[in-house]
Parts: sequence; C-alpha cells; structure tokens
Amino acid sequence: MLKAKIIVRYKEGVDDPEGKTIKHALNLLGFEDVEDVKVAKYYEIKLSKGDENEVEEIIRKLLVNPVIHDYEVRVERI
Amino acid sequence: MKVAILQMEGTNCEEESFIAFRDSGFEPEYVHINLLKPGDLEKYNVLFIPGGFSAGDYVRAGAIFAARLKAKIWKDLKNFVDEGKIVMGVCNGFQVLIELGLLPAVDGISDEPQAALMVNDSNKFECRWTYLRRENDTIFTSKVPEVITLPVAHAEGKFVAPNKILEKIEEQKQVVFRYVKPDGSKADYPWNPNGSMNDIAAITNPQGNVLGIMPHPERAFFWYQHPDWTRKKREKGDGSLIFKSLIKYS
Repeated sequence: MLKAKIIVRYKEGVDDPEGKTIKHALNLLGFEDVEDVKVAKYYEIKLSKGDENEVEEIIRKLLVNPVIHDYEVRVERI
Repeated sequence: MKVAILQMEGTNCEEESFIAFRDSGFEPEYVHINLLKPGDLEKYNVLFIPGGFSAGDYVRAGAIFAARLKAKIWKDLKNFVDEGKIVMGVCNGFQVLIELGLLPAVDGISDEPQAALMVNDSNKFECRWTYLRRENDTIFTSKVPEVITLPVAHAEGKFVAPNKILEKIEEQKQVVFRYVKPDGSKADYPWNPNGSMNDIAAITNPQGNVLGIMPHPERAFFWYQHPDWTRKKREKGDGSLIFKSLIKYS
C-alpha cells in the first residue's frame, strides 16, 4: 500500500481570489496584522499497488493545470 | 448537420442547447459519455459540450470531464478536429476544451493545457448579462452584429494564459468575443465579469473550427429571453445568430 499526500497551489504571481476574500474577512474579525492568505488544495490518495510514477501520472492527468498550479507530493509506504 | 450533444453527470444546459440546434436546422442527438465508444463520433458533423457542473466542478471546473474524454476517445477527438469538423463548448464546455488542450492550441493541439479558466476575480459566481464585441470573422459569427448581449453564469471563467501564448492568440486572431461596456468601449468589472485577460470571452483554435465561449448563446435564443424585450424589438435572441451563422456555413 502507498499513500500520496499532494498539495496543489497556485503558482507565484497567479491571483488567489479565495485567499484575498479570507484575508479581508480575517482583517474584519480584528486580525489586522494578517497581510496575506494563500489557499491550496490537499489530496490524500491511497493506492493498493502503484508506485511514484502512477502518482505523478494522476497529478498530471487530473489534479494540476500546469499553467496556474505548482504542486508538492510526498509518498509514504503503509 | 448532425450534432452530438455530450452529457455527463452534472451537465445541465443540454436541453436549451438541443432546442437551439434543432430550431436552427441541425439534427441534434444526446450522447452520454458513459455510452461513448471509439468510432462513435464519426457520424457527427458537430460535437457540442454543454454548460453545467460536470462532476460537481470538483478538482477544477471541467477537469474531470476532460480527463474522462481524453481517456476514452482522445485519438477520435483529435481526428475530428483535424478533419475540420466543428467542436463547440459553452461555459463548462469551454473549460473542458481548455483542459483538453483543444483550445487555444496556438501551435496545434497540445497534450497539456496552454491556458486556464480560473476562479473569477470577485471570488463569486457571476450571473449577469454581458455585452460582447465581435472581434474576428469566424464561421460562428458571420451573422452576428458588432455588439451583442448574452448571459454569463460561472464561478471559474477568468481566462489566463502565459504572455507568449496570449500574444499568439491575439496575433493569430483567435479571439472571437471580448467583454465590453454597453457603449462598446473597454470593459472593467462588472462588464468584464471575471477579470479575463484582454477581456476574452470566447476564442477559437487557429483553424477556426473549435469554439469555446463562456457566455451562453443558447440562453438568449428567443427574443423574449432578453431582459430588455419590452424596450428593444428583436426577431430572435442574440444567441441564435451564432447557431444561424454555423448552419449557413454548412
């Protein structure tokens, strides 16, 4: 068994409207020192047989649009 | 002109689209992706990907629909486009065409996306009527006047692309519609509802047989669908002119 932990985030320089909205909300809640919020998506994927190559293929075929996204991946044997 | 209107879990504009094609003189048929097999596309002249929320818009809008199409019939799809047959995607359908790499395809069909339709600048679902200026002459717009109104309804419609790609899109005259103000001048929010680069609302591939458009022509097919129908006399809805252009081409 294999567990892949994948974080998909916007590339540097790509606008993050959700982050901006959350920053604004936090400022209104009194956290005036909040300067920036970035939002990312986190996936945990369990594979019964596959390897790192399959994880990369999953990321490339569905999880990421390389025009706007960077990703980080960590694979654990379980 | 036989039209395949693709369906999947979560598409929801297929009925209006079916009526729009039928009333414009096409022969539309519904085709569900689960029943789609290699070779099935051959009998159609037009492939239409309707709007909606395919697969719940999870991961990214259109990403799952695109990945499934790619897994099932990628070769057929590429042949369909290369043969010069028509592919048209509206709203969620546009997102699918971008994710597939069928648009903007500045140097031909690409296996990776070259652009993205990302979350609106407002971080909100934008549902409003927009003014669109026709930019370049295409088979989809020969009957379309310079400025028309069509409704948008999306949360992820901001067209972005790397500068090099964007320059090529402009250079190759691939922009079909830009969001404008009611007087036809350059748009800002809310006239550009999502923050699209260069106010892009619709593009084609360089050959001009694949169209992706964020606003919904099928939702402005009849004159009485326009909010100003009591003030402005129309015989048909503005969106119908796109279907009319296409049938004339065939």
